[in-house]
Amino acid sequence: MTATAARSGLIACSLCGLLNARPHRHAGMKLRCARCGSVLYLRKPHSVERCWALLIAAYVLYLPANLLPVLETAKLGERQWDTIMSGVLQLLHDGAWPLALVILIASICVPFAKLSSLTFLLVSVRSGSPADRVLRARLHRLLNFIGRWSLVDIYVGGLLVGLVRFEPVAVISPGPGAIAFGAVVVLTMLASQSFDPRLLWDAGGQDIRG
Amino acid sequence: MLACPECDLLQLAPARPVRLGTVECVRCGATISRTAPCSLELTLAFAVAAAVAFAIANVFPIMTLELQGRTTSETLLGMSAVLQEAGMASVAALVFVTIVLMPALEIAALLYLLGPLAIGRVPPRMALAARLLAFVKPWAMTEVLLLGALVSIGRLETVARVHLGAAFWSMAALMFLFAIIDSVFDPIEPWSRAEALRQVRGIAVPFAPPA
Repeated sequence: MTATAARSGLIACSLCGLLNARPHRHAGMKLRCARCGSVLYLRKPHSVERCWALLIAAYVLYLPANLLPVLETAKLGERQWDTIMSGVLQLLHDGAWPLALVILIASICVPFAKLSSLTFLLVSVRSGSPADRVLRARLHRLLNFIGRWSLVDIYVGGLLVGLVRFEPVAVISPGPGAIAFGAVVVLTMLASQSFDPRLLWDAGGQDIRG
Repeated sequence: MLACPECDLLQLAPARPVRLGTVECVRCGATISRTAPCSLELTLAFAVAAAVAFAIANVFPIMTLELQGRTTSETLLGMSAVLQEAGMASVAALVFVTIVLMPALEIAALLYLLGPLAIGRVPPRMALAARLLAFVKPWAMTEVLLLGALVSIGRLETVARVHLGAAFWSMAALMFLFAIIDSVFDPIEPWSRAEALRQVRGIAVPFAPPA
C-alpha cells in the first residue's frame, strides 16, 4: 500500500497545498481549508461525468468544425470557401509546407489526438487497471499542455480577416466553421481540466469513499 | 510533507531538488513545487515587466499590411472588433477573452497577490486573488497568438508587404516573461509567506528599553 493523502485521512487543498485532517463523518458537509478557506474535495466532484459530457459535446461539434468553411476569400469578385483541411491543402499547393505543417498539427492532429486520448483515459479509469499509470498520467499532462495550441488557426483567421480588407481586390471573412472549431477547442480544454488525474491512481476506487 | 496534486501520494519535500528549481512527484512525475531562490520577488519583478509589455501590446498595431498603396493594420482589440462586425460574436469573444482579458487578469492577480507580500503585508481577500490566478492561467494564450501572427505573415508575405508593429515585439517579450514566471513562480509560496507574516505579527511585542 502506498501512502496517499486520501488513505491517510488527509485532504490536500487544491489552492494552497495544505494537508488538512479529514473528519470521519462529514457527509453533506463542506470542508474548508484551514489556511486559505477553499472548499476541500478529495477528488474533483463528478470528474468523470463532467469530462464525458464535455467530451461528447466536443465530438458532436467536431464534424461541423471540419466540414463547414472557416474562411471565405473574395478576390476580384471570385469567391472561395475554405475548410480547415482545404486550407492546409491550399498552403501545400502554394509550396508553403512549413505553414501547412503547423496548421495540420495544430488544427487537425491536436484536436483529434485530444478527443481520442481523453476517451481512452476515461475508459481506462472505468476499468481501474493499474497498467501504464505513469504513462497515462503523462498523457494527461501532455493534453493539458498542447490543447491551447489548436487556437492558432482562429488567430490566423482573425488576423487575416482584419488585415485583408482591400475591397474589391481582396477581402477575407470568417465562416461558420470557425465557431464550431473554437467551441471544440474550448470544450476539450474544459474536459481535460475537469478530468482528475488522481483517479488513475485510485485502483478499485477504495480511496474516494467517505 | 506534501501530497502530489496529480496522484495524491504523500512525500517529504527533498532538501535539494533533483532537477534544478523543481520538485517532482516520485511516482507520477508531476511538478509539486518550485524552489527558485527569491521566487516570490523574482515573479513580482517579471510581472511588473509583463504589465508594461502588455500595455504596449494593447496600444500599438501587431502588424500593418500594404497592398497597391493602401494599408490596413491590426491591433489586439481590433482583431475581436473585426470578427464581431463580421457576425462572429462568439469567436470575437473567444479571441478577446484569451488574448486580452485573461492575460490582463493574470498580471493583475500576480501584482495584487505578490506586491503586498513582498513588502511584508498580507493582501486582503488573498484566497480570491490566488483562485483567480489559478483559474485564469490556462486561458491566457499570448504565445499561441504569436504563432498565429507568424503563420499569417507567412501567408500574406507572398501577396503584400507586411510590416511588424510594436505590439508584435512586445507580445514576443510578454511570451518570454510569462514563460519565466511559469518556471519560477511557486503557487504555494505566497501561503507560507502569509502564514509566517501572521505569526510574526502575533508574537511581536513593542520594544521597551529597561528603565
